Amino acid sequence: MMIDPLSVFILLLGAATPILFAGLGELVVERAGVLNLGVEGMMIGGALAGFAVAHASGSTALGFLAAAIAGAALSMIFAVLTQFLLSNQVATGLALTLFGLGLTAMFGKPYEGMKAPAMMPGPLGLNWMIWLGIALVPLVWWFLARAQPGLILRAVGENHDAAHGLGYPVRRVRILAIGFGGALAGMGGAYISIATVLQWTEGMTAGAGWIALAIVVFAQWNPWGVLAGAWLFGGVTVLQLRLQAAGVAVPVQLLSMAPYLATIIVLVLISARQKFGRSGGAAAPGSLGRPFHALR
Amino acid sequence: MNRRTLLGSAAALVAASALPAFAQDEKLKVGFIYVGPVGDGGWTYQHDLARQAVEKEYGDRVQTTFIESVPEGADAERAITQLALSGHKLIFTTSFGFMDATINVAKKFPDVKFEHATGYKTAENVATYDARFYEGRAVMGTIAGRMTKSNKIGYIGSFPIPEVVQGINSSYIHAKKVNPDVEMKVVWAYSWFDPAKEADAAAALIAEGVDVILQHTDSTAPLAKAQEAGAIGFGQASDMAAFKPTPRVSSIIDNWAPYYVKRVGEVLDGSWTSHSVWLGIGDGEVEIGEITEAVPAEVKEEALALKDRIASGEYHPFTGPLKKQDGSDWLAEGQTASDQDLSSMNFYVEGITAPMPK
Amino acid sequence: MFRLEPRTSAPLVWQVATPVLAVLATMIVGGALFAAMGFDPLAAIRTIFWDPLFGPAAGYSRPQLLVKAGPLILIACGLALGFRAGIWNIGAEGQYIIGAICGAAVALTAYPLDAFWIFPAMILAGALGGWAWGMVPALLRNWFGASEILVSLMLVYVAQKIAAWMAFGPMKNPEGFNFPGSRNLQQYDAASNPELIANSGLHWGGVAAVLALAATWFVMSRHVLGFHIRTAGAAPRAARFAGVRPERLVALCLGVSGALAGLAGLFEVAGPAGQITESFGSGYGFTAIIVAFLGRLHPLGILLAGLLMALTYIGGELAQMMLNLPAATVQVFQGMLLFFLLGFDILTRYRIRRRA
Repeated sequence: MMIDPLSVFILLLGAATPILFAGLGELVVERAGVLNLGVEGMMIGGALAGFAVAHASGSTALGFLAAAIAGAALSMIFAVLTQFLLSNQVATGLALTLFGLGLTAMFGKPYEGMKAPAMMPGPLGLNWMIWLGIALVPLVWWFLARAQPGLILRAVGENHDAAHGLGYPVRRVRILAIGFGGALAGMGGAYISIATVLQWTEGMTAGAGWIALAIVVFAQWNPWGVLAGAWLFGGVTVLQLRLQAAGVAVPVQLLSMAPYLATIIVLVLISARQKFGRSGGAAAPGSLGRPFHALR
Repeated sequence: MNRRTLLGSAAALVAASALPAFAQDEKLKVGFIYVGPVGDGGWTYQHDLARQAVEKEYGDRVQTTFIESVPEGADAERAITQLALSGHKLIFTTSFGFMDATINVAKKFPDVKFEHATGYKTAENVATYDARFYEGRAVMGTIAGRMTKSNKIGYIGSFPIPEVVQGINSSYIHAKKVNPDVEMKVVWAYSWFDPAKEADAAAALIAEGVDVILQHTDSTAPLAKAQEAGAIGFGQASDMAAFKPTPRVSSIIDNWAPYYVKRVGEVLDGSWTSHSVWLGIGDGEVEIGEITEAVPAEVKEEALALKDRIASGEYHPFTGPLKKQDGSDWLAEGQTASDQDLSSMNFYVEGITAPMPK
Repeated sequence: MFRLEPRTSAPLVWQVATPVLAVLATMIVGGALFAAMGFDPLAAIRTIFWDPLFGPAAGYSRPQLLVKAGPLILIACGLALGFRAGIWNIGAEGQYIIGAICGAAVALTAYPLDAFWIFPAMILAGALGGWAWGMVPALLRNWFGASEILVSLMLVYVAQKIAAWMAFGPMKNPEGFNFPGSRNLQQYDAASNPELIANSGLHWGGVAAVLALAATWFVMSRHVLGFHIRTAGAAPRAARFAGVRPERLVALCLGVSGALAGLAGLFEVAGPAGQITESFGSGYGFTAIIVAFLGRLHPLGILLAGLLMALTYIGGELAQMMLNLPAATVQVFQGMLLFFLLGFDILTRYRIRRRA
């Protein structure tokens, strides 16, 4: 039995979009030297806010805008705690995930059982959000690689003490990055509620935020890699279901752990390349996860 | 005050019931343990509707309590115990995974009655109840077989357990009966409720040429996907009426209310005894939701006729001659499947080409 | 304007005061949230924080605190060692699952044999399984410099998939009518981990948690290793001069915390949970991270924090039952509690000075 690769690819684009958005956002956050494990919490926040506004206004575009605002708002809790109160980023991110999942479950009750308005179709029968997600990849790449503010952001992420010494506003850069990451995570979450499922249910992001974290590592902190990673993770899900539909016996559990193992292998390869002094391939930003406190 | 009743000393209760002033203490407290949130729109939602039906039926004579999203295992055992300790005399545990926990707690509270859904372990004070979903699937299968234009129907399974395998077989047998060219594609989501995964599963089936989707998972995501692609589907567990008249052309509804109302009544009048029942369309536990105008009248009639024959007991959806997928004999001409066979079913019937997951 | 000035040592009064402040703030904000949702805030707070301890059914719920707190404390002890040294194992959930699977594998292989060595062998297998799963990120960090945060997190998902595979495949109960899930070890005497004293809630996991607390205290305050761990965490460069070998510390901390998480999983699968199911990992490994922080990475603090977390779980269930509060309340509370703790924590680590 032949499976038409084009149809798999089209399905994959849809499945990859939420994690592509969230992954690109987290990538920028991590390049600024901050590790925010609260992606899942911000995604679910965006999923609810986006759905609620899309439902009330009838406009999916307004929905995604609201999702971006909600995601960014949740990320500001993280920003205040980690940047002003210098809290541990791992613990703060975990708390954000718990908080987001719980809060949306509490306040989402009235929206259960409602339907989202239809997405506006875009070119080639794919919706606009799929195109926007893909378009963000070169934009983020250009920003980080070529734009002046992007260079500052990377400097802050690589060595915050040095960046501070050069007079860059470490804290402000990081807060902006965290907010951007939150906004994209919110939009990714809203894609699930508005475009994929067309309704709100609690816990509906079902771990997509954690996959986004994995993708950033898989991507070696490179936007094009995030696209590849989102397609890989999305692709394994889609292909696995597609093979089943075509009547092929698939070891589902074994197949679905493959992307995580691939991520570990990629991480090991890039770390090893850096450790043993060979060039090419980026490793984790130097200041990733470390709190910054200026003494002056 | 709750505190009073919670003390649970037998003497206090007897004394209280003798006094009309404490009449509210006579209320039968009925507890429910749910595996998901009540807002899941499917399995748990239907159980909660039945709980509300119990309250409506008996008004002041009962007081109901539920605990939602209870993980299976140790947490379930504690939640059930808490209900028993706080004076609940009848407790419904509404997921297969609560089986051992229910049995464990029941041993400690011999005067509390337990009702466990879909399990196979009973005791003096533990009854089990289940629904013959496969009867409803036969009706869905008939509609699916008639409605498909591509002759490919798809089935989204949750977990490869007997209940779901019965549903796949029943749908296929009856689709095939009305449309000998029909093919069945099966996708396992390995989840009861994961909207995004279910949507992807539906998309995979549609890409495979399927134009009618049956689902044994609880979200409306497959219907939403079907709508985009111009395919049709069926409501699962609840009516999913928001998707009428199409893509949702009919539905299979778990209606636990008649059973819950009956069993609560039996506890109230003291006639409750343990049993193990498996109720179907005839008992009103499995309902066929409205067949919409998207279905031609003669198909609707045919489906309803089948429903009536199943309800009256005239016809069993698993009636021979039937062979297993590997070609070996299962049921001889006119023979019907035993409940025992059905409750451990782990094979497809002949004609389904999908592999059975190991 | 204010500025922050790092303290050279954290004053004891703030170390004790901040968790208390965090709990109070959670109660106040949580109460406001309940009021906004139309619930009686005082009744809700009382049901969650008071009733499990002193309420009418406390005779049952107090022992249950031990059942719930045991694995949290056991895991958090191991995590605290690493966190002190700046080694971030956030994959305890995976180590917990693998420990349970390895322990259950011994029991299911031996079934239905009745022998005294089965349970001890399971304990060994559980600890070894968790240790091995924890050593993967340790070795990858030591050999290649791969981040243990990310590797240990990825391994959680791999472990979850393995648990699902076991429940549907190799470990499926042959007498279970094709339902996923292993045999129930509670019904297999030689392998079960029952309550040691009836209605005490105490099983071997609780005993192990107490031993782990004592051992952590001893190591951290009386042993040279504790000194190494603290130095490595506070001043990594100075630690090298003090003769600390970072590779050994990484392997030790991740290995020990993995083994403890594995033990927690083993005691859970042989006791309260009973069987390996597809959803066996129920989040203890992640909650234990909160416990470790809430307990200030100190054994006594971890004990109290573990009990407090258990209280929010059990109180949350009670609040659902008595007041119809939604189940998600617990998550919101735990999230807020941690937010407040992390926020107030600045008082212990920094002095707030008015800017001149």
